Amino acid sequence: MTALDPARTAATPEAALAGDRDLAVRVRGVTKEFGTGDSVTRALRGVDLDVPYGELLMLVGPSGCGKTTLVSIIAGTLEPTAGEVAVLGFDLVAMSNGRKVRFRRDNVGFVYQAYNLLPALTAAENAAVPLLIAGWRRAAAVEAASDVLDTLGLGDKLASLPSELSGGQQQRVAIARALVHEPRLLVCDEPTSALDAENGRITMELIQRIAVQPDRAVIVVTHDSRVYAFADRIASMEDGRIESIAVGPRQMRTSSDSAASGSL
Amino acid sequence: MMWIAWKMLIGNRVKYLGIVFGVVFAALLIAQQSSIFCGLMSLTISQIRDTEGPDIWVMDRSVQYVDDIKPLADTELFRVKSVPGVEWAVRFYKGLGRARIQEGTYQQMILLGLDDATLVGAPAGVFMGSIADLRKPDAVIMDDAGYKRTWPGEPYRLGRTFEMNDRRAVLVGLTKASRTFQSFPICYPRYSQAVLFAPPERKVLSFVLADPAPGVDPEEVCRRIEERTGLQALTRSQFVWKTIRYYLQKTGIPVNFGITVFLGFLVGTAIAGQTFYLFTVENIRQFGALKAMGTSNWTILWMVLAQALQVGVVGYGVGVGLAALFGQAVKGGLRLSFFMPWQVLAITAAAVFVIVLLASLLSIRKVLVVDPAIVFRS
Repeated sequence: MTALDPARTAATPEAALAGDRDLAVRVRGVTKEFGTGDSVTRALRGVDLDVPYGELLMLVGPSGCGKTTLVSIIAGTLEPTAGEVAVLGFDLVAMSNGRKVRFRRDNVGFVYQAYNLLPALTAAENAAVPLLIAGWRRAAAVEAASDVLDTLGLGDKLASLPSELSGGQQQRVAIARALVHEPRLLVCDEPTSALDAENGRITMELIQRIAVQPDRAVIVVTHDSRVYAFADRIASMEDGRIESIAVGPRQMRTSSDSAASGSL
Repeated sequence: MMWIAWKMLIGNRVKYLGIVFGVVFAALLIAQQSSIFCGLMSLTISQIRDTEGPDIWVMDRSVQYVDDIKPLADTELFRVKSVPGVEWAVRFYKGLGRARIQEGTYQQMILLGLDDATLVGAPAGVFMGSIADLRKPDAVIMDDAGYKRTWPGEPYRLGRTFEMNDRRAVLVGLTKASRTFQSFPICYPRYSQAVLFAPPERKVLSFVLADPAPGVDPEEVCRRIEERTGLQALTRSQFVWKTIRYYLQKTGIPVNFGITVFLGFLVGTAIAGQTFYLFTVENIRQFGALKAMGTSNWTILWMVLAQALQVGVVGYGVGVGLAALFGQAVKGGLRLSFFMPWQVLAITAAAVFVIVLLASLLSIRKVLVVDPAIVFRS
């Protein structure tokens, strides 16, 4: 199966979505330029994208096509040059930097390709970082983080340092860290690219099982075609634009299951 | 979040120790050199400090410090005594004499001639013999360091004799005394004896030591003495600071020590700053991740400052601790003066604070401008 089968690419997928209240992410005409004058680089060229709640959207495309730039803008870590960005009902373009920091703290979870765990903290302490940022007391934060790690199958690694964990285990700690404060938007940047096939599959299963909720949206930037199967939709980017948006295998399965139960 | 900053800091042991080393180096050098400087300064005033009893020192107007002797006429004593508010006044001789030891060697000595009648200014630390024995003919009391220098390796023994200016001197007592700047033995005879030990001069009175009447301000008495006699009169404290000021202004000592202290400051700042900056650069992705996760710039700023402060406190503690240990070690053996007053600790603390502040400035800039989107770049 090819995830980006044009036959399954909706002409206007956003049109099928319900009103804006059902959208976790709404991006309109977003452009992003780096540099000035002759050396200006256009990373995004008028991107439109909607992500409804309860969806796992994958952003795919070749290196340099603007995936990371787009996801950085959606996550509120980068300013667009032009366009509209509404995330979880917040207008990020109009938002001050200070409010954006609080917005990220309260609403966004991050999973990075390089994990970005703090090497001096244990797994439980690393997972507790967002709660500490939110002002929790250390003991309570570590306890809550330990529960999440337990759910992710790392109950016996709570006191381990990142250097004592395998790549897959580190990524699970990163997922725990991204989810511990129950964000409504989870942004994953190449979460499986540093992992072998088995660990990549486990990681995506965990993200899908725990993160994909009716009141939450998940955006995964990836090159890894092995994990396309976990997507509800797959947005394919090329040269700073979204070329196509395909219904992913997961949504296809869900639709066919619904159809089957309907016929029954 | 400060806890995370602390864990990040000590998590990288090599870098952490490198930064601490820079601060320790600076604190040690600043505290140690400043203490040696203070020790030297305390040597310059040791004879004022050790001369117990009088609160007022009267001298020639042109005297600039305690070793700058401009002899007065003996009659000046009576003029000082006649000033209202002066309770009592006595003569005091201070000069150098050359002693010929029985073994045939010569030794330069500091002569402190005490008033014959009252022995005012006698040392307080006599541990062998007694001050009263100074009333015996040719009697002198010597400081213990001077004894060891004059008769090295020999046990303390009273009754030893030596010659000064062809006059016999008999050792009747030994005392503890603060070391002097010249490090010569200190010899305490009576005033009448001291002037015979010294090379002959027309005027021999070095100082008049006086005390104010009860309830009279010593500074007011000094003012009256100066007004009525034309001499210079200083309280003990004023004379101490006048002497210190002279050494600060007229000798190269502060400059020499200042250069070393400044170098310690510079090198400490360079080591700590460079290592701290490298530490920050190494952790820049972590800081970026924290910013992406919603840590404000203020919190990041405080985290870096907390790290710098932690390094400063540890480096300061170890640095001044080592300096104090050094001082303790040289106290007995080496003839190195070492005096660490609280001001040295305060100055070192201030210097260390500036060092860690400077060291963290580059790092602060680095983390404040880091784009949280950096974490999305592999």
